[in-house]
Amino acid sequence: MNVATPNPTSAERAEKLQGLGCKRKRVEDVRFTQGKGNYVDDLKLPRMLYGDFVRSPHAHARIKSIDTSKAKAVPGVLAVLTAADLKPLGLHYMPTLAGDVAAVLAEEKVLFQNQEVAFIIAEDRYIAADAAELVEVEYEALPVVIDPFKAMAPDAPVLREDIKDKTDGAHGKRKHYNHIFEWQMGDREATDLAFRKADVTIKELISYQRVHPCPLETCQAVASFDKITSELTLWGTFQAPHVIRTVASLISKIPEHKIHVIAPDIGGGFGNKVGAYPGYICAIVASIVTGRPVKWVEDRIENLSTTAFARDYHMTTEIACTKDGKVTGLRVHTLADHGAFDACADPSKWPAGFFNIVTGSYDFPVAHVAVDGVYTNKAPGGVAYRCSFRVTEAAYCIERAMDIMAQKLGMDPAEFRMKNLIRREQFPYVSALGWEYDSGDYHTALQKALDTVGYRQLRAEQKAKREAFKRGETRELMGIGVIFFTEIVGAGPSRNCDILGIAMFDSAEIRIHPTGSVIARLGTKSQGQGHETTYAQIIATEIGLAADNIAIEEGNTDTAPYGLGTYGSRSTPVSGAATAMAARKIKAKAQMIAAHLLEVHDDDLEWDIDRFRVRGNPERFKTMTELAWAAYNNVPPGMEPGLEAVSYYDPPNMTYPFGAYICVADIDADTGVTKIRRFYALDDCGTRINPMIIEGQIHGGLTEAFGIAMGQEIHYDAEGNVTTASLMDYFLPTAVETPRWETDWTTTPSPHHPIGAKGVGESPNVGGVPCFANAVNDAFAFLGSTHIQMPHDNWRTWTVANKLGLHA
Amino acid sequence: MAKSQITLTVNGKKEEALVEPRTLLIHFLREQLNLTGPHIGCETTHCGACTIDLNGMSVKSCTMFAVQANGADIVTIEGMAAADGTLHALQEGFREMHGLQCGFCTPGMIMRAHRLLQENPSPTEEEIRFGIAGNLCRCTGYQNIVKAIQYAAAKLGGVPYREAAE
Ligand code: FES
Ligand code: FES
Repeated sequence: MNVATPNPTSAERAEKLQGLGCKRKRVEDVRFTQGKGNYVDDLKLPRMLYGDFVRSPHAHARIKSIDTSKAKAVPGVLAVLTAADLKPLGLHYMPTLAGDVAAVLAEEKVLFQNQEVAFIIAEDRYIAADAAELVEVEYEALPVVIDPFKAMAPDAPVLREDIKDKTDGAHGKRKHYNHIFEWQMGDREATDLAFRKADVTIKELISYQRVHPCPLETCQAVASFDKITSELTLWGTFQAPHVIRTVASLISKIPEHKIHVIAPDIGGGFGNKVGAYPGYICAIVASIVTGRPVKWVEDRIENLSTTAFARDYHMTTEIACTKDGKVTGLRVHTLADHGAFDACADPSKWPAGFFNIVTGSYDFPVAHVAVDGVYTNKAPGGVAYRCSFRVTEAAYCIERAMDIMAQKLGMDPAEFRMKNLIRREQFPYVSALGWEYDSGDYHTALQKALDTVGYRQLRAEQKAKREAFKRGETRELMGIGVIFFTEIVGAGPSRNCDILGIAMFDSAEIRIHPTGSVIARLGTKSQGQGHETTYAQIIATEIGLAADNIAIEEGNTDTAPYGLGTYGSRSTPVSGAATAMAARKIKAKAQMIAAHLLEVHDDDLEWDIDRFRVRGNPERFKTMTELAWAAYNNVPPGMEPGLEAVSYYDPPNMTYPFGAYICVADIDADTGVTKIRRFYALDDCGTRINPMIIEGQIHGGLTEAFGIAMGQEIHYDAEGNVTTASLMDYFLPTAVETPRWETDWTTTPSPHHPIGAKGVGESPNVGGVPCFANAVNDAFAFLGSTHIQMPHDNWRTWTVANKLGLHA
Repeated sequence: MAKSQITLTVNGKKEEALVEPRTLLIHFLREQLNLTGPHIGCETTHCGACTIDLNGMSVKSCTMFAVQANGADIVTIEGMAAADGTLHALQEGFREMHGLQCGFCTPGMIMRAHRLLQENPSPTEEEIRFGIAGNLCRCTGYQNIVKAIQYAAAKLGGVPYREAAE
C-alpha cells in the first residue's frame, strides 16, 4: 500500500478497502472452486437444439455436389444448412476484422482442411454428429499451396477465386492473386545507407511457426431468436461482446438494440475468442430458421484446426552495427502466412499489427520493415495469442537477431544489450518506426536481473562445461538465454486504432447505491484475468469504499457500456483508466456534497483514504459511505441527486511494459532432452494493482511461452492435412515439464495512465519465447550454429546436435 | 436407440436414470443430472477437465459410458464442500494460493488432487506434479496449483502450511 499512513487507524482504514497494490483474494474463485462457474456449455434452454458441422477432408477442392437427403432423414434432424441456403440471405460469407471476407459455409470451393461445408441442426449432439456423417459431398481435389514462399509463384494455383481479379485489397495494391497486402514502415533509403556504411552486418531468416492459443474451453455459442419480438439473444465465448453485437447486427440486419450478446464465464481465451466464426453465424441462422435456441460447441480438433491460429511469420532480419557493438540500422522483411482468408484480429489500419515495435528496446537510429501477407490452403486466423497484435513475433525476431549479432561481434549478449538499450533520459522515446515509448528504466532492470541470477558465475560455469565437453568429459551442453523486451499494449488511441471503424476506447460505468455499495460495469471481458477482483481494487482506492462491497459486471451488452473487449493486454491500460476516470467523477461530486454537509467551501476539504475532511480540522469529516447516503437525500441546491458516472476513455498513447528474462537450459547432446534449470522473469508493468494476480499472469504466460518455444506447432503436410489437431499431437505442457518460475519486478509508472498501470498479461509470452529460444541457441553457439528454428522439441534439438557432428 | 436403466450414487445421492448405451458419462452428468462442474476440454482423455472420483479412483468421465457407471459411487466437484457450505481444504487452498484463473480446469484439478491426497497424504512437489500430469491447465503454469495442494495437504494433516522457500 503506497498511501501514507500517519497513524495505525489510517492504515487499518486503508487495509479494509482492499485497494490498489494489495494481494486481494479473487472474488471469482468462490464459484469456480465449487464447480459453479457459468460457462456457455453449461447453459440449457427449453427446446434447445444442437448444431454440428460437416467439414472438408481436403485442403483445396472444388465442391461438385452436396447431398443432404440421408442426413435430413435421420430422426431428430430438423434441418441441414449449406451455402445454398445462406446465399439468398447474403450470409454465406462474413466480413473479417481485417477487411476481407471469410466463407461461413463453403460455396464452390473449400480452401483448407476441416473447412465448414454444411451445418446440421438436431435434437441432441449425438444425432447431429450421426447426421454429419451422412452428408455426401463430392469433391474434385485441386493442387494446394502450403509453403507461403511458393504462394506468389507465377504458376501457383489460384486460391481465392472470389477475389482473383481484384488488384486492390483492403490495404492497397495486391501483387499477385494470392497476395493480400504489403505494409511498410520506416525510412528505406536511410536504412539502406546505414547498411552500406556498417562495419558488421548479419542476416537471418527467423521463422515463428504457426501455433494455436488452445484455451481449455473451446469456442461455443447459444443463439436464441424470438420470432414474436424479433430479438436475438446470443451467449458465447466472446472476448469482445460489443463488437460481436455490432458485427451480428451489420450482417444479419437485425437492429442492434434487438440483439443481446452475453459472454458468461469464459474458460480462457488468449486471443482465440476475439473473432467471429462460422459456428456463431450458423447457430444464429439455425435459431431463426427453427424458432428454437441452438447450441454450437466446437470440439478440440475443430478448435485446433479451424478457429484462430497465431503467428506463421517468416522474418528475414538484418542488423547493421559498428565494430564496437553499437547498432546502426535494422531491416526486416516478413512473409506472413494468413491462410485461406485474412481473418487477422488487428486494429483495422494495421494489417501487420504493431509489428513495427520490432526495434524492441534498442536505440536504432534507422529502420525499415516490410510485411507481405499471402493466402495459403490453411485455416484462417492470425490472432494475437496472448499478444498485442504481432508484438510477440517482433520481440522474438529482434531478440534472436540481437544474439546473432552479439555472436558475430564476439560480445556477450547481455553486454551487447546494455550497450544498445534506450537510456532512461531518452524517454519519452520516439522509435525509428514511429512509436512513442512512454517510460522506461531499462538498464536498471537488466542489471537487477543479471545480478539476481549471478550472470557472471553462470557464464563461468558454462565456459568450464564447454571445455569439459570438448575434452569428452561430459555430454551435456549448457545454454543461457538473455532477453530484454518492450511490449506495446493498450490499443488504443482513436487517432490510429479502430476496429471496423469503431475507435478502440473502452468504458466503465460506476453506480454508488445509497448504502455505499457499488456496481461497476465495463466494456471488457475477463477470461481468467480476475477483473471482478482487480477493477474493484482500483475503485476502492479511488473512492474509499471497500472492494468487498463493489460488484463488477462485464459481458452483457444490454447493461455494460460499449467497449472493445479484452485482448492485447488492453483491459488495464484502457478500461482500468476508464474505471479510475469514472471514479474520479464520482469523487468530485461527493466532494461537493461533503462541502455542503460540512458547510465549508469545496477547496477547504482534503481527501483522506475513505473520507473528505476539513483541512486543518481532521475531526470534521464525511466518509464516502455517509456521502453515498447523502447523495440520495441531501445534495447541494441545484445539484441532481444520485451518485454515478460513466467514462469512455480514449487513451492518449499506448503503454510500454518491459522486462528482462534469463533462462538456463541443460541439453543432453545425445538425446536432445532439454531441461530448463532456471527461469527468472523481471517485469515492469508500471503501477501494480494486485501482485498476486500479476504473478499468476506471469506464471501462466511463461508456461504458454514454454509450450510455444519447446514444442507447439500447427503443422501441415504437403497435401495440406493438418497433422497436429488433437491434444495427442499438439504440445500443451503438463505440470511435469513445466519449469519452476522465479518472478521479480521494477516499477516505472506510465506517465499518461491515470493510475500509472501498463498491463501485464502478455508480457511473459512476449519475453518468454525468445528467452527459451536464446538459451537453446546459446548452447550450440560455440559450435558455430547461429539460428535454430523453433520449436525446440527434443527431436529437433537432437537433429541439430546430429548435424553439428556431435554424434560422430 | 434403446435405453438402459442405470442406478448409481452421485455425491451421496442415489440416482436412477435411463441412458443410451453410447452416452458418455460426462454428458450424462452434465446434461441429465445437471452437474455442470465437471467440464469438457477435449473428449479425448487428454485434458482432465472432466475428472471425477469414481469408486475411489480418479476417472476422466469423457472416457467412460454412463452405462459403465451402473452401480458406481461417484463424487464430483459439487460434492466436495460440506453440507453446511464449508469449503473443502482443497477448494480453500486453490483460492488462498491463487491456484486458478479461468477456473475451467479447476473442478477436474481439485478432484484429481483429492484422490492424490487420499493415496499420498503428504506428497512432495515432484509427486504432486507427477500426480496431476493428466490434468492440463492453460492459465496458471501449475506453480500455484502445486502450492494449493500443499496447502490442503497441510491443512488436512493438521499442520500449519509453510510456503516452500523460493
Ligand atoms: S474432456 Fe475428458 S479428458 Fe478432456
Ligand atoms: S485456470 Fe484456466 S485452465 Fe486452469
